[in-house]
Amino acid sequence: MRVYSRYFSIHFKSVMQYKTSFLLTTIGQFLVSFNVFLGIYFMFMRFNKVEGFTYSEVLLCFSIVLMSYSFAECFGRGFDTFSSIISNGEFDRIMVRPRGEILQVLGSKIEFTRIGRILQALVMFIYGISQSNVSWNFDKILTIIFMIVGGTVLFTGIFIIYAALCFFTIEGLEFMNIFTDGAREYGKYPISIYGKRVLQICTFIVPFALIQYYPLLFLIDRNRNRWNMFLPLVACIFIIPCYKLWKIGIKHYKSTGS
Amino acid sequence: MIKVDHISKTFKVAKRNAGFSEAVKALFNKQYEYVKALDDISFTINEGEMVGYIGPNGAGKSSTIKILSGILTPDCGSCDINGRTPWINRVKHVKDIGVVFGQRSQLWWDVPVIDSFELLRDIYNVPQIKYKDNLEELVTLLNLEEIIKTPTRQLSLGQRMRCEIPASLLHNPKILFLDEPTIGLDAVSKIAVRNFILDINKRHKTTVILTTHDMQDIEAMTNRIILIGKGKILMDGTLSDMKKVAAVDASIDEAVVELYKQYEI
Repeated sequence: MRVYSRYFSIHFKSVMQYKTSFLLTTIGQFLVSFNVFLGIYFMFMRFNKVEGFTYSEVLLCFSIVLMSYSFAECFGRGFDTFSSIISNGEFDRIMVRPRGEILQVLGSKIEFTRIGRILQALVMFIYGISQSNVSWNFDKILTIIFMIVGGTVLFTGIFIIYAALCFFTIEGLEFMNIFTDGAREYGKYPISIYGKRVLQICTFIVPFALIQYYPLLFLIDRNRNRWNMFLPLVACIFIIPCYKLWKIGIKHYKSTGS
Repeated sequence: MIKVDHISKTFKVAKRNAGFSEAVKALFNKQYEYVKALDDISFTINEGEMVGYIGPNGAGKSSTIKILSGILTPDCGSCDINGRTPWINRVKHVKDIGVVFGQRSQLWWDVPVIDSFELLRDIYNVPQIKYKDNLEELVTLLNLEEIIKTPTRQLSLGQRMRCEIPASLLHNPKILFLDEPTIGLDAVSKIAVRNFILDINKRHKTTVILTTHDMQDIEAMTNRIILIGKGKILMDGTLSDMKKVAAVDASIDEAVVELYKQYEI
């Protein structure tokens, strides 16, 4: 943890070297997700409900997915851009240092500009809450925290899979973005609107629904079963196969010429 | 002590001819070639020795360094460095070694060098007192007081290299791997780096393994030379042994050229 905070401070110092770039990128990140918000807004001007979910409920859902995605991208950026770490030989460096590879890859990149997105998510979240008539209690606040934590872990897991595949392909795989950017975009709406089949896949294979759909039902009192509260934590199990795949990848590491 | 025993490593390399149609063909039916980067390599290096590891480009020098530093796993063979196998006990092993890749920086680009040093201190878990002593020694030996306050991106290549080597020595490694440490340096920096490495070897009994194409490096620093070509060890001896084999009484550069010719590498 101390090493990670050291990485954190060095990245912070680096970012502060280019203040203008940092500021503009952050604003850009804010505006990009603001567009998506407008998209939802205009759609709900025409339709009042989607599959029984109201505007504020969808906003709540989207802001939580966006927030966990931004956290994962902010801290797990090293995995997201892992193909460059392999091809420029930086991974050789990582291998000759006496720390875990995962910690070092996490430390190799921290993307502070994602604060823009986190802010946007926060704005939507507050707006969503003020519009909705969720009756708040301790359980529900806990549920939201679980959802964000579970989502961050889940997205980080997908980034790790992506990175592990780079050991075999050297180059990155664009198709993996279906699961990262795609999930963020589809995550705007509760998974159930895409149909039963998608809901099943997102429950049992890539557990998006566990961090989004089921706990959301609990939040808006559609389903009062308290188990739904803990499903985002169950989704964290997803990180285990990701980690295994990563370990297999390291064994296959071939390094690049020098 | 480093003991390398019958190590081999093969790489699978994709091959195709030039041209667009060939590129399309290769997409569906890729032709591979197996290149033996290392072919049954064995040697022993004692503690405190300084060894020059030479050979033409693509001979397998970097592959050997990568295996010894735990980055690559060989296909077969064994390697014992201070009682450990590098690719099995990676984390414990790399605590005792320092690696300098001449072409790749290990310093953080945007921050002053001293910040990079402090991060390395935490990565290697060097106690504060020891870190201070080491830093002081390295800074005075290489005359770095001013340089370490400058961000890496604003350093010249020579200045940067003078920081890269101490960065690999902050944790008192027993073994130091140098992969072309003097590449692209001017005469003054080259000599500074050479003298520094000699000094470190004398003071701390650090084992140094050096790969380079600069024969003056070899002449100035090492007694023992291992010559590698096409993945095989061709010669293991002193500088004068090498001149004897080459059978020319000329400069060391010409002797090496003669040797490469003799071994057809």
